[in-house]
Amino acid sequence: MRRLGNQSNALIEALHTVQESFGYLDKDSIRYVATSLRVPLSQAYGVATFYHFFSLKPPGEHTCVVCTGTACYIKGAAKLLQAIEQKFGIRPGETTPDGKLSLVTARCLGSCGLAPVGVFDQQISGMLTQAALMAKIGRMEHHDA
Amino acid sequence: MTPEELGEIAATQQEAALRFKHRVHVCTAASCLSSGGDKVKQELAKEVSKQGRDKQCLVKGVGCMGLCAAGPLVSVKPDNLMYQRVRAEDAADVVKSLGDTPVGRLECATDQPFFRRQVKIVLENSGRVDPEKIGDYVAANGYEGLLKALTEFSPGEVVEQVLRSGLRGRGGAGYPTGLKWSMVAKADSNRKYVICNGDEGDPGAFMDRSVLEGDPHRVLEGMAIAGYGVGAAQGYIYVRAEYPLAIKNLKTAIRQAQHHGLLGTNIFGTTFSFNVDLRLGAGAFVCGEETALIASIEGRRGMPRTRPPYPAAEGLWGEPTLINNVETFANIPPIIRNGGDWFARIGTEKSKGTKVFALAGRVANTGLIEVPMGITLREIVFEIGGGIPDGRQFKAVQTGGPSGGCIPAESLDMPVDYESLKKLGSIMGSGGMIVMDDSSCMVDVAKFFMEFCKSESCGKCVPCRVGTYQMHELLERIANGSAGAKELATLEELCDLVQNTSLCGLGQSAPNPVLSTLRYFREEYRAHIEDKTCPAHVCPIGSAKEVTA
Repeated sequence: MRRLGNQSNALIEALHTVQESFGYLDKDSIRYVATSLRVPLSQAYGVATFYHFFSLKPPGEHTCVVCTGTACYIKGAAKLLQAIEQKFGIRPGETTPDGKLSLVTARCLGSCGLAPVGVFDQQISGMLTQAALMAKIGRMEHHDA
Repeated sequence: MTPEELGEIAATQQEAALRFKHRVHVCTAASCLSSGGDKVKQELAKEVSKQGRDKQCLVKGVGCMGLCAAGPLVSVKPDNLMYQRVRAEDAADVVKSLGDTPVGRLECATDQPFFRRQVKIVLENSGRVDPEKIGDYVAANGYEGLLKALTEFSPGEVVEQVLRSGLRGRGGAGYPTGLKWSMVAKADSNRKYVICNGDEGDPGAFMDRSVLEGDPHRVLEGMAIAGYGVGAAQGYIYVRAEYPLAIKNLKTAIRQAQHHGLLGTNIFGTTFSFNVDLRLGAGAFVCGEETALIASIEGRRGMPRTRPPYPAAEGLWGEPTLINNVETFANIPPIIRNGGDWFARIGTEKSKGTKVFALAGRVANTGLIEVPMGITLREIVFEIGGGIPDGRQFKAVQTGGPSGGCIPAESLDMPVDYESLKKLGSIMGSGGMIVMDDSSCMVDVAKFFMEFCKSESCGKCVPCRVGTYQMHELLERIANGSAGAKELATLEELCDLVQNTSLCGLGQSAPNPVLSTLRYFREEYRAHIEDKTCPAHVCPIGSAKEVTA
């Protein structure tokens, strides 16, 4: 925040930094950012909830992002999401009860040439099939154990 | 930096490149990275030193080469060979083959229509220049446009060149860029701003990402020229947070340009000073709208406001502001370098130059293409795109993202320019082009886009906030077979209402996908409503009760 000159217009940048460090925005950090930048709490909260990129809930240990952009949609992203819901019982935006896996959707990752695309703990992977998807998730969880 | 130094850098770089007998370019843009391009590059570099050919071979990472479907791509200069689907294991063979017979199994024909039919202006450096090295860009005539503008032209003459070029905004609406520039230039204020709109929100569009990743300096140069033309000293680039590589390359580029004095105070020893700051978006489609984008840069919720006043009069912090899209700025350096008249010779009467499209969906060659305006859709889909895979039937091509429309087979021979696409009920948009075959249901497609607009509506004005919700609901009912003719009539009425009364472009264009599918594929709507069947077997008709939730 000091780098950005403690100005109120640095709010979004500051929240980005917080989310990068902690994985999500909790109430305390939003309050802290708001007071340091002298921005009303309501505005800070408003900004945090307005933008999809900010998450107010802690993420699971592993995150699986499925792109639901147009190209991925045409190539069957919805089926991938269904498969995950069937196996893990989570819908987009949810985390499994054991806190292991979070499922997120993205509007477009810009790799439409390789649709459908998913991101598994920062690793982008394209041309997914249902089987490949499950294998990726399996590997991700296994890696941890 | 002085002009002489710029020439010196260019000369040494060109010489350095020629010292190598073989130059291997590996695509390290996001698409190829996700299929392992970085590993291929590492492995190739390792192989080169292992086989002791360090002095002959140069391995470098470059921007997008276009044919994303066949990635990771590797090209070999000066032989002009291209390899596709290269894996790390292939590195040894590729290095061994340099100066010898090419590796047949990996070869990708460079004379196929996909490459031949393209005309590259914006992407001229993509696939040739290392985006992380400023010297590479300078060697490819980089910053020459800025030098020319600063030393040979007055600000008014710069604007004049852009006016002459006939360049129109590449963000979608096609507003003449020169007019915008002259408006900001004429505005009376000591402080003006230049903003580059890199909030490429349209799902299915990745042109700006590729330009920012593959050739970031070109955008900076375009912005600096714009700053000189309109009299601004500060620029902002607004980029989506979803593009980490673009952000990283831009940060490097800005730092290098500042270090070399190509951004900062007294550029090329003139009185002109210009700086660029990066601002990150946070995942809001509506921030592509210019007034919403300004609000977001100011650190507020990205909500649009009524226009006028336009940003050219009252923009960022209430000052005159020039907002252009990434691709628009990328067109500026060659226009200044070669003159506006040169640019005006390319394209059609009203739409000049080229357009970059992101070709995706059910088409054989998915990837990034740049074509002259006026090319037909058929040429794009069937020649460059290589047609529809799996022997399926072409159904429609969707342009302009959620604000655009679907164009059916019978209109494929229309030329691609701003006016023709508008006449077809679609828009040029930022350049996403998604091909659909007979496995897509048009009602479902309309529903998909409406769902997008519904969730991306910022909620400020009622027609958009409530209208998109209601339209989505109606489409849902048509899709699950519980709607009658009355619902269809209501849907059409709503389209008209939302289109005419919404505050910003998002709402005004939200009905476009519905209107265009209704116009060309009304039969499919009728099948859903009257016969209760989905011709493409996509919609869950029959299980109506389960889905209504």
